Amino acid sequence: MPSIEVNGKSYETDEEGYLINLADWNTDVANFIAQQESLNMTDNHWEVVNFLREYYEEYQIAPAVRVLTKAIGKKFGPDKGNSQYLYELFPYGPGKQACKIAGLPKPTGCI
Amino acid sequence: MLHIINKSPLGNNSLDSCLRAAGSGDILLIEDAVYAATKGNSMEGRVREAMSRLKIYVLLPDLEARGLADRIIEGVSKVEYGGFVDLVAANKNCQSWL
Amino acid sequence: MSEVKKFMFVNRKAPYGTIYALESLEVVLITAAFDQDVSLAFLDDGVYQLKKSQQTKGIETKNFSPTYRALEGYDVEKLYVEKESLEARGLTEEDLLVDVTVLSSKEMGALMDEQDVVLSF
Repeated sequence: MPSIEVNGKSYETDEEGYLINLADWNTDVANFIAQQESLNMTDNHWEVVNFLREYYEEYQIAPAVRVLTKAIGKKFGPDKGNSQYLYELFPYGPGKQACKIAGLPKPTGCI
Repeated sequence: MLHIINKSPLGNNSLDSCLRAAGSGDILLIEDAVYAATKGNSMEGRVREAMSRLKIYVLLPDLEARGLADRIIEGVSKVEYGGFVDLVAANKNCQSWL
Repeated sequence: MSEVKKFMFVNRKAPYGTIYALESLEVVLITAAFDQDVSLAFLDDGVYQLKKSQQTKGIETKNFSPTYRALEGYDVEKLYVEKESLEARGLTEEDLLVDVTVLSSKEMGALMDEQDVVLSF
């Protein structure tokens, strides 16, 4: 099984780089995955990543992009609850990329 | 002997057949059969009636998973996985009503 | 987009003992992306899927019951539960972890009849 190494510790991932164990996640791992995705984590990135983790904690799924966008809008306002904003932060898709950094599985229904 | 049921009593006739056939011994309810150990289920009367001749056990982790651990019929005994093994070991034979 | 169709997911199996409940839920979440008119029906042991306070640590299986509460965010808001099935299991609406509409068997049958597509689990 593929893995990534952060601070001398090894973490299992799937073929696409998603963490296998949700509990493995920490901010260093998140930063490492972000770096692999060529992303520089800003407060705005963290806001989305932390939101995703909270969402998962509550509902036990990673939300579809449409659902995430709506929920972000509800919590942080319309300036952030739109796909342009989220795609600027995560160019390869807020669902795919942000979920990976958040240590969550790929959203259900995400191809 | 030990009878093991793993199907819901309302979706399948396994428990029904078992209660019809079993004269004495132990019955262990696991997986979806744990619903038979809950109060208010329409099989409750049959289960209570069977308790006069059979000892009925329920696998607690399966009951907890289904959110019904607080609704167990009085007189049904809770067991963990270790208790499951003990029951199998203590009985000379075992029928799984699959 | 072509015309909106009425989809109904009919859930009749208890959770965990078989894979039907989880499979149905996953298909519902995927279908929600297609902007159709989706409703969920819970009959027979399917009503157990919505029971509150499920704790799956002991069986080392993922507890997917919280996901039913996410359906609203997916615009899946029509959840119907058959009254007779609840009663046969000693359950009431208060035992369920989401808001539902309780229907009689006849009403449920009529609603099923109205659908364009029925998916059975």
